[in-house]
Formats: sequence, C-alpha cells, structure tokens
Amino acid sequence: MNIVVVVKLVPDLVEELTVDASGTALDTSWLRRIINEFDDHAVEQGILLKERSGGQVTVLAPDVEGADDILFTAAAKGADRLLKLSGDFGSGVNNHALARALSTTIKDLKADLVLTGVQAHDDSDGPIGPLLAEFLGMAYLGYVAGLSVQEAKVTARKEYPGGLVAEMEVDLPAVLGIQASEKPPRYVAVSKVRQAMQTAKLESQAAPAWDMSGGLPVARMFQPEAASRATLIEGDAEAVSSRLVEILKEAGVL
Amino acid sequence: MSQDVYVAIEHVQGQVADISYVMLRAARELATRAGGGVVAILMGHQASGLAEAMAADRVIYFDHPALKEFTPEAYQRVLAGLIHDDSPRALLLGNTTIGSDVASVLSARLGIPLVSSCRTVSPDGKLVVQTCGGKIMAEVELAATTTLVTVIPGGYSPEEGKGAKAPEVVTRQAPALEGLRVRLSKYIEPEAGDVDISKESVLVAVGRGIQQEGNLELAEELAKALGGTVCASRPVVDQGWLPVSRLVGKSGKRVNPKLYLALGISGAPEHVEALTDSETIIAVNTDPAAPIFSVAKYGSTVDLFELVPVLTERIRGAKTS
Repeated sequence: MNIVVVVKLVPDLVEELTVDASGTALDTSWLRRIINEFDDHAVEQGILLKERSGGQVTVLAPDVEGADDILFTAAAKGADRLLKLSGDFGSGVNNHALARALSTTIKDLKADLVLTGVQAHDDSDGPIGPLLAEFLGMAYLGYVAGLSVQEAKVTARKEYPGGLVAEMEVDLPAVLGIQASEKPPRYVAVSKVRQAMQTAKLESQAAPAWDMSGGLPVARMFQPEAASRATLIEGDAEAVSSRLVEILKEAGVL
Repeated sequence: MSQDVYVAIEHVQGQVADISYVMLRAARELATRAGGGVVAILMGHQASGLAEAMAADRVIYFDHPALKEFTPEAYQRVLAGLIHDDSPRALLLGNTTIGSDVASVLSARLGIPLVSSCRTVSPDGKLVVQTCGGKIMAEVELAATTTLVTVIPGGYSPEEGKGAKAPEVVTRQAPALEGLRVRLSKYIEPEAGDVDISKESVLVAVGRGIQQEGNLELAEELAKALGGTVCASRPVVDQGWLPVSRLVGKSGKRVNPKLYLALGISGAPEHVEALTDSETIIAVNTDPAAPIFSVAKYGSTVDLFELVPVLTERIRGAKTS
C-alpha cells in the first residue's frame, strides 16, 4: 500500500491578520504559517493505516517557510518519505495551481491512496482534495472520519450533519478528504523531531509553471465590520463575573 | 450562455437540507441582477415531492435509482452534463459534506472557475466570501463563463428560500450512472448520547482554549451551577475528551438554547453555523479578534481559567441569595 499524504500550510488564525496595501490580499510580511489542522489528521490517519496493515507513507508539502518542520515532525511520527514541491510561492498560489502541480508529482509516486485534509480555512477556490482527484483521474470522497482498507477498495465513514455517518465503498486508487483521524494526532517530543532532522532525508521536486485557471481574482478583501460585534465587558475576573450574573438574570437564566 | 442561476439541491434520507433554501435565496439575488431565473436542480429517486417548498422559477428533476441518496460521482456526472448542455450563469452548491465533494471536481473537469464559501451577494452583485475562519472577507465577481459557487450558511435564513406555491417541475433524463467508484453501503445513525444537547436550554461550550482534559471540570462545575450541560467544538471531541453526542457544529448538533456560553472557542465557521439560533451567546476568549465575538452578544477577553472559578462562585451565590 503506497500512501501519499498531502499537507498545506495556512495562516495561523491566532495571529492578527491584515489586508495589504492592494486591498485584495492578505498582508504576508509578518504572517506565521502552520500546518492545516485537517492535514495533521490526514498525516495521523496515514500512519495509523501503515501501523495496522503495512505500507509506505510519503508526506508531500509545498516548499514554503515552515514546511521543513512539518515534514520532520511527520517523519518523527512514522512517515517514511518526505517530499517538497519547490517553486515560487511568493505572490500566492491558488489551490487549482497547487493541485495541478502536486498531481504530476503524485503520478510519479504511483499512489494507491492519497490522503489530505478535507478543507483548509483559506480554500478560496475549493478544497485541494477533489481537485487533486480529478487531475489524477481518481475517485474522491471527503469528510472521512475513519476507514479500513480491503484489497482494491476502502470502506470509509463519511460524516453528515447531526452525527449521521454514511459508510461508503471507494475503489482504489482514490483521494480521501480527512475530517478527523481515528485517534487524535499523536504528540511527538521535540527530541524525536530533532533526531528526524539528523536522519530523515528531505527530497525536493520542482513544480512546473503555475496554472492558476479555475480561481478568480479578488475584487476587494476586508476585515468583517464591527457592526455585529459582542459588547466586551471590561475589567478583571471579579468585575466581569458581576456583570455576567446581571446579564444572566436579565436573560432569565438565573 | 443562459442568465439563469442553478442551485444543486441537497437532501439526505428524504429531507431537504436547509442549505438548499439558503442557496435558493442567494441565487435570487444573483438571478435578479443577471436578468435570469432561479432553477433548482433536484437529483433523486421518486423524490419530486421534495421540490414543493422551493422558491424557484422551475425545478429540473433527474430521477434515477442511483440518485436516491447522495454519492459524489453520480452527482458529478449529472451536473457536468447539465452545465455542458445549459451553460447557466452560475451553479450554486453547498459548502457542505455533499457540495464540497462535487464542486472542485466539476471545476477541474469542465475548466470553469470555482468560488468557495460565499455567504451573501453584495448590493452590486458580487459574491461576498468568507476566508481565514471568518476573520477576513472578500468580494469576487462572477466570471464570463458559468461560475461554480459554494455557499455557507449564515447569510440568509432558510425561510427566505421557501415559496408559497410549488414550482413547476421539469423531468430530464439522467445520464448513464453505471460503474460508480464511490458507493453508499449504509447509513449509521448517531448513537443516542447521555443528553440531547439540541434540547438543552443552557449550554456551556468548551473549545481548544480549555487546553487539557483535566480542565473540563471547570466547565462542568459552571454548567452545574447554571443547571446546564457541557458541550464542545471539534478539537475537544477529536481529542476524545467528550463524546461526539456533545459536538456542536457542522457534523455535530445544531443547538438553540436560551444561553450559549462559549469558553475558549475561536468561532470557526463550522462551529458557529450550528449555534446561531441561540437566544443569548456569551463568549470568553483571550483573542479579541476571535470570530466568536461577531456572533456573541456579550464577551470577555479575561482568561477563562481566571474567570470561570469566580463566575461559578458568583452564580452559586446568586442562586442561594
């Protein structure tokens, strides 16, 4: 079983995000990027599958700042092969372009199963999984939380609203969009990551020229207006608690 | 190209999903400006009755046994053929467990653009989309070709997409649907939890900010003082700290309590969409820019670990006095 996990880096939402001078894009000068958390689940799911029934796990990431750490962390967790897609990411690359480039790399890897996060918070031209699937000519199923592999197919649990689950059969090769891994993504000690940095090999493959068609230009980007914002209660824990008790009384809860 | 705006209706187990009506409402905004009509696309089997409440100028209905319940490839084939034949101004799909499996594939297959996470249509006809977990919004114009748009809830109410009289239903022949590589085996109904959070009137919700399992006790104590129940956003359930029956969000429960008290929840769109029917939302988060504050009525940026013990004591005091 040849498993390829595709990970993407996204702006860390804990940091303040601002719009740049053009008014149509994020200001990237101070932007901190972290692994898309659904992709973290996809890595975990790939490693769980390998531990259960063998195979090889390759983790593939675009070569942007922070990618090395993410790949070495994946190696410390049990990934076998680390691969970066290198290219000019400076002026922003949309998911259509990224998926086209990644699909040429994945074709060479002869993947049986491609796992990636079901979505990322900056998917403005659609999530990457189904784009990859179509460019690869593979089947796609998203919102997967749990799967088992048989001969030439997987049985996947797809999540619906309200806790309903659809059990679906998917013929291999296929791309699955992971909503949650069967177990929470494992913790690895920094020492193990450091060890991986010494021993694991980072391979790199150059992306062909970006083909961004399929995305549309942004006319204006802005921070949502403050019109519908919460009334922030000032003061310390004591002051806030006093006011909240009043509010709870007004709301008829107390 | 036609100026009509098409909407891919979503239904599961004989129930039309609310997002379908939200999309019909959004489609009306686009169609009015384009000078076209709103057309609902219903794919099902012996399901034409599902169209009754739709506020659409007409319904195109594809009936096939393979369309009884959603599977990605059947929907992709029907919609790809339809766009090829009709070239509508736009096709709207849900940014949901159904629509997201289809939209990107259609975009790649047909070479037409896709705009994701549209919330509303601006007065001048642009798509207003949400990105970065709701911290940033953007405006995008429809392309010259058919544009695919995925729609998130929150911009319009489902009621606005319902009509007084049933629309005209036109049946069309479905394409060949053999050899599908993704097949539905069965549905697994959710296990009944210890409590049904969709019926609780006071909910204390915890998110990533609770940091570790042991800290849940703080929320439990507060909930107990309020006579309520603890629920959670996705990261807490993914860690296995609370069962999925306590999950509020896109793949969990929708809730409508009198009080929703969110502790350490950032307010990702997948969470927020399920709690907007709450009467009073109070949010506690140290990040003043957290999107949860745009749905909450009241908020505090005091650290929840400082606030919650004091608040719990005050509430106990208020109840005994």
